[in-house]
Amino acid sequence: MAAPPTGDSIALLERFVAALAARGIVSEEEIATQIERTDRASPEIGARMVARAWTDPAYRALLLRDGTAAAEQMGVSMAGAPPLGVLEDSATLHHLVVCTLCSCYPRMVLGYPPHWYKSAAYRARAVRDPRGVLAEWGTVLPDGVGVRVVDSTADYRWMVLPQRPAGTEGWDETRLASIVTRDHLVGVALPSAA
Amino acid sequence: MDDTPPPATHDLGGAPRFRCTPVDPDDEAPPDAFGKRVDAIRQILARKGLLTVDEMRRGIEALPEAEYHALGYYERWLRSISGIMAEKGVIGAEDLRP
Repeated sequence: MAAPPTGDSIALLERFVAALAARGIVSEEEIATQIERTDRASPEIGARMVARAWTDPAYRALLLRDGTAAAEQMGVSMAGAPPLGVLEDSATLHHLVVCTLCSCYPRMVLGYPPHWYKSAAYRARAVRDPRGVLAEWGTVLPDGVGVRVVDSTADYRWMVLPQRPAGTEGWDETRLASIVTRDHLVGVALPSAA
Repeated sequence: MDDTPPPATHDLGGAPRFRCTPVDPDDEAPPDAFGKRVDAIRQILARKGLLTVDEMRRGIEALPEAEYHALGYYERWLRSISGIMAEKGVIGAEDLRP
């Protein structure tokens, strides 16, 4: 669990905000508006992109070619965000995303990164023992499936396009999106029809 | 003779120190009010052209190792961002002192 900030940190933040406000640089109102805007991004956006890619071959091609354009087509503003790349899982290859240096994450389409994504253990182990990390989610890749770990950076963000699970034949996009979670988009778990 | 320098504090990929530390899948911990405020300020400063991601990274990655691991995620951000704003003269260094 993330520890709460220390009293020193809380006091520093308030001094910092007061200094910025006194100089007319950042107001409380701007902070509130920004928090509201940031809170709106969630993994549901990434899930809708995946569901559409599973049902619409043209969109799938766009998603794999230019994730940023594909996100914008879903109404997401990617202005100021680093490019988004999408990693396509196959019957023989699975992808896992990490940011070993910090916490780079496709926030516009997944929202805030979860605490574990930012943890030292995940950052250290995802590249050394990816199957061990996957096992902590109860994820076991079938025999013969390789795993490729991709390091997100400050300049390029990644998301996984998982394989459409068996048993979802005939499902519409909304229903498909409902089974796709943040963990599937990072690659620590695989979607299933159940 | 291997004269590769040791990895920097933030360069945790494969770090042996954490090889046996479990990852807790249930540790969602969305940001608290403190984290959301720091994150919002970062975005506003970036939009106003006062802060780049590389500047923020420099401030985080320059933290001494013990402090880096002792501080929470958004506490590291705050140390970095507030220090850079003082360094650039956007605010006064004295503004941050208790």
